Amino acid sequence: MANKKPADVPQPPSTQSTELLRELVAHLREHRTQLREEWASSITEAQLLTAMTKDEIFAEATSVYDNYVEALATGTFEALQTYSRNLSERIIPRGVETHEVVGIVLLLRDVLARSLFAKYQGDFTKLNRILDAYEPAANRIANTVAVGFVQERERVIRQQQEAIRELSTPVLQVRERLLILPIIGVIDPQRARQLTEQLLRGIRTNRAKVVVIDITGVAAMDATVANHLVQTVEASRLLGATVIVTGLSPEIAQTIVNIGVDLGKMNTVGDLQGGIEQAERLLGYKVIPVSEGATAA
Amino acid sequence: MEVPILKQGRYLIATIQAALSDEDLQQLRRTLLERVIQFRSRGVIVDVTSLDVMDSFATRTLRDITYMIRLRGADTVIVGIQPEVAFAMVQLGLTLEGVATALDLEEGLAHLEQRARNSS
Repeated sequence: MANKKPADVPQPPSTQSTELLRELVAHLREHRTQLREEWASSITEAQLLTAMTKDEIFAEATSVYDNYVEALATGTFEALQTYSRNLSERIIPRGVETHEVVGIVLLLRDVLARSLFAKYQGDFTKLNRILDAYEPAANRIANTVAVGFVQERERVIRQQQEAIRELSTPVLQVRERLLILPIIGVIDPQRARQLTEQLLRGIRTNRAKVVVIDITGVAAMDATVANHLVQTVEASRLLGATVIVTGLSPEIAQTIVNIGVDLGKMNTVGDLQGGIEQAERLLGYKVIPVSEGATAA
Repeated sequence: MEVPILKQGRYLIATIQAALSDEDLQQLRRTLLERVIQFRSRGVIVDVTSLDVMDSFATRTLRDITYMIRLRGADTVIVGIQPEVAFAMVQLGLTLEGVATALDLEEGLAHLEQRARNSS
C-alpha cells in the first residue's frame, strides 16, 4: 500500500509531472477565493459539519484549502498531518464524526477536479496528464487527513478509558485505621484485579484494621467476580484487616450463595451506615451525641 | 538456614529472613515448640515480612505451628504477609484458616496483648 505511511518523503516525481503539479498549484492559488467558496457551500449542502456554524466552516475550509494546496505544491505532508491533528483536536469534542471529515476532504477533491475539468476541457490529453499528477496526491491528502482524525479520536478514547479506570477505584480513609472502598458500576475481571491490588496496598500504607467494601452501586456480578471478591476478603485478613461488605443487592446475594461461599468468612452488613457503625465497634470507637456527652462529663 | 527466635518478655518473636527449605521449616516448628515450653511463653509472633513467596508446605507448617502452640495454651500471630503474597496464597486456596494474622510486628504484639487482657 503506497498510502500506508503518509509521513514518508514521497518518491521524487518525474520532471514532467512536477511541472504539471506546479501549473496545477498555480491554478488553485489563482482561483482560491472562488473554489473555497464553492467547497464551503457544497459542505453546507451535503449537511456535513452540522455541529459548526457557517463562519467556522468557512474559516476551517480556508485553512484546509491552503494546507491542501501547500501539500500539493511541496509534496510533503508533515504540515498537513500536524494541521489535521490540530483540527481533529478542536472538532472531536464538538461531536464531529469520521464520515463528515472524510466527506469534506473528498468534496474538496471533487470540487478541485471539477475546476480542472472546466479549465482543460478543450485539451483532453493535457487534462489526462494533469489528472494523473493530481489524483494520487489528492488521494494521499484525503488519506492523511482521515487517518489523522481517526488516530486522534482513538487517542482521546484511550485517554478517557484511562481516566475512568483511575477514577473508578478510590480507597478512602474515614477514620484512623478504617478504610472505605465504594464500588460503583460494572466490575469486570480486570477491574476486580485492580480493586484488589489497590485495596491491599491501601491496607498496608494506611495501616488499616477494618475495611468496609460498599457495593451498593453494583447491580450484578458474575461468579468469577464474586469469587474474586471473596478472595479479596480473605487476602485482606491475611494482612490483618477485617473486611465488612455492605450493600449486597439481592442478585449478588443470590450469586454468592450459588457459588457456595462459606459465609462464615464474610462479614456482611445491610448498608454502608451499618457497616461503618460495626467497623467503629470493632475499632473500639463509640459515637456519642454532643449533648449527651456534655451531660455525662 | 536457622530462624532466629527472640524472647521479648512473655512473647517469642521468630523472624523468617529468607525462603526456607522444608527441613528448615520443620526445624523452626521443633525449636519454637521447645522454646514455648522452656520460657512458658504466652504468645508467639512469626514475622514473614521478607518472604516474597509462600508455598503450600510453608503455609501448612505455619498453621500446624499455630495449632500446636495453642495446645500449649499460647497464641500465635503471623505478621507481615505482603499484599501480593496474600493474594497469591488466596488464589491457591491457602487461607491460613483459624490462624491470627496482623499487619506487622507492632500490630502482632498489640493483638497478643489484647488476647492476654481478654483472658485475664
